[in-house]
Amino acid sequence: MRRIIIATVQDRGGVLNRITGMLHKRQFNIESISVGASEVEGVSKMTFVVEISDRQKLEQLTKQLNKQIDVLKVSDITDKAMVARELALIKVVATGHTRSEIQGIIAPFRSSVIDVSKDSMTIQVTGRPDKVDALISLLRPYGIKELTKTGVTAFLRGQQPDQVTEINSMTI
Amino acid sequence: MKVDASHEVEVKGKLVTGADLLIKTLIDANVDTVFGYPGGAVLPIYDALYRNDTPFEHVLSRHEQGSIHAAEGYARVTGKPGVVIATSGPGATNLITGITDAMMDSLPLVIFTGQVAKNVIGTDAFQEADVMGITTPITKYNYQVNEIADLPRIVKEAFHIATTGRPGPVVVDIPKNISANITLDDYEDDFYLPGYQPTINPNPLQIIKLAEALSRAERPLLLAGAGTLFADAAQELKEFAEAYQLPVTNTLLGLGSFPGSNELSLGMAGMHGTYAANMAIYECDLLINIGARFDDRLTGNLNHFAPNAKIAHIDIDPAEIGKNIETHIPVVADAKKALLGLLKAKIEMQDHKEWMDKLQHNKKDYPLWYERSDTLLSPQWLIEQVYNVSKGEAVVTTDVGQHQMWAAQFYTFDKPNNWVTSGGLGTMGFGFPAAIGAQLGRPDDLVISIVGDGGFQMTLQELSIVKQRNLPVKIIIVNNEALGMVRQWQESFYEERYSESLLSENPDFVKLAESYGVRGVRVDKEAEVIQTLEDIFAYDGPVVADFRVVRNTCVYPMIAPGKGIQEMVGVKK
Repeated sequence: MRRIIIATVQDRGGVLNRITGMLHKRQFNIESISVGASEVEGVSKMTFVVEISDRQKLEQLTKQLNKQIDVLKVSDITDKAMVARELALIKVVATGHTRSEIQGIIAPFRSSVIDVSKDSMTIQVTGRPDKVDALISLLRPYGIKELTKTGVTAFLRGQQPDQVTEINSMTI
Repeated sequence: MKVDASHEVEVKGKLVTGADLLIKTLIDANVDTVFGYPGGAVLPIYDALYRNDTPFEHVLSRHEQGSIHAAEGYARVTGKPGVVIATSGPGATNLITGITDAMMDSLPLVIFTGQVAKNVIGTDAFQEADVMGITTPITKYNYQVNEIADLPRIVKEAFHIATTGRPGPVVVDIPKNISANITLDDYEDDFYLPGYQPTINPNPLQIIKLAEALSRAERPLLLAGAGTLFADAAQELKEFAEAYQLPVTNTLLGLGSFPGSNELSLGMAGMHGTYAANMAIYECDLLINIGARFDDRLTGNLNHFAPNAKIAHIDIDPAEIGKNIETHIPVVADAKKALLGLLKAKIEMQDHKEWMDKLQHNKKDYPLWYERSDTLLSPQWLIEQVYNVSKGEAVVTTDVGQHQMWAAQFYTFDKPNNWVTSGGLGTMGFGFPAAIGAQLGRPDDLVISIVGDGGFQMTLQELSIVKQRNLPVKIIIVNNEALGMVRQWQESFYEERYSESLLSENPDFVKLAESYGVRGVRVDKEAEVIQTLEDIFAYDGPVVADFRVVRNTCVYPMIAPGKGIQEMVGVKK
């Protein structure tokens, strides 16, 4: 199962190394990690997307993260109401006659063209991972020259409903 | 012209180097022994050791690995943190085995490594190694000191982290400019570690749950690991076991936490554990693990481990609970606090006399066994004599392998903290330097290092220390001219293809000892063993005793790899 786990950590030298080293040593399969500043100075927020085989492994992952001295808090937000977003930059082959076609494809995704050259366009798309992946697959036939993704970053919604739907675990 | 800086500057404190500050923080931490080896990047620290009147001793090893294993031995028998100093680059990398060993066996160490000066870090400077990168996966925590003002706080944090919660090694990497530069000795060392708050006291509801499970159990069993020793809980464990007549088995590292000669003791469990202990685990209906981590050498095949039991697990490290074995009653706590909680609970037990009778029968019918020989010594018999002559009161250290298992089987520990062995990592070359640290930590006790002829050759250069300080460590080489456990596995699982495991070209250990100025003896006849042991234990100085044992003896009983805990072989002669 795919899970989204967020950790708040003390922003100390080597903290990322210590955490990724532990994940590697204990054979956790990480799909993406994103790290950045949080609302508190000196505290960073990490978002992990992990593919995990069972509940026991998942419990181990959160416990091993919590055990790290620089880790302040760990939560598995997969089953909560949350917002999860990633950003992708896609450089796609675009010649005169495909240029407007591509413009038409990306419009419903609310993505934007941020660079244009003689034979290519670079598209920026932000959204849930499934939306980003959908756009990528639509653009693939035109020829993707370069692709980069930030990985998912996420947090809880301001209000948690009483009953949480299962949609998250399907789509993230 | 000479200038005295303290007259020139109007300040509160006086001017000192970073290294002086380090010495001061070590004094603040009540350090009494430091194990180390000098080198370029720690010259300022060694200069400060020379200049300052330190209340602690520095013990010079002959290899950094000797320093760190000595610090481990010291930590294991005293309960205090072992302190190590090594230089940058090769000095630090020579510590790696010991740091990993301490991490696996949860030993509190604080290790100071020198580092090249900050302005050349990252340039592949002479004797530069990425100590932070290398030691991150093998430490509880590590630091590189970037500002001299941080040094006192970091040292204080390092001691705190190493010794609290589940103990472990902490590395402090000190660039040369930090130890050499001048600062004021007026410093702040308050610290705050919001991400590190170990749970000491058990959740009372979990204690009640455990007490309820015990009141329903018909076949209860206690499994005591090293966590009971770190928590200083041997007394509480004994009271608890005796109050409810609970049988106790130990892990390798937990030996001594419960008196081995007590009627309730089933001895060690696991790969080379007793029949009674392993069958008790297989058949029990409630297993209460106190401070052990369900290591694979204990459990064997997980599918057959305590298959009918409710599992309760008391551990200070929550990540150990549920890691290998599904746990029904988790208790995150210090072992002593949890046992005190259980002692307060009034538990109405089921009648479990039938279970106790069965275990006693197993103990009687399937004791550990061995065969004597007419030629060389039987290694197990030898360990029994070591036990008898030392009256079971010695501190015993070992390496890893056959001699280690025989020592665990035939030297019965009735008191805690007398057993020093490399369990998790299984480090050859550990036993002898560990004995040096143990002897320094417990100067009035008899310290015996039982080692193999292979392992001893990995760290024997430390004979220099025992000679120099006349440390009366007794080194007992169980010499079978082989890497015995490797040879045993090759015999059992590789059709007797003894690939590179026979040591026919061993040195003459007696002459070798004598060349260091240490007394050496060799014994190959049973008739001489007891007299020799009495003699060397009474001798006021170090001894290397080369005991020639039967070469092809195997350690039994044994659970073969992949087999269940009930599938022991060699349970009877």
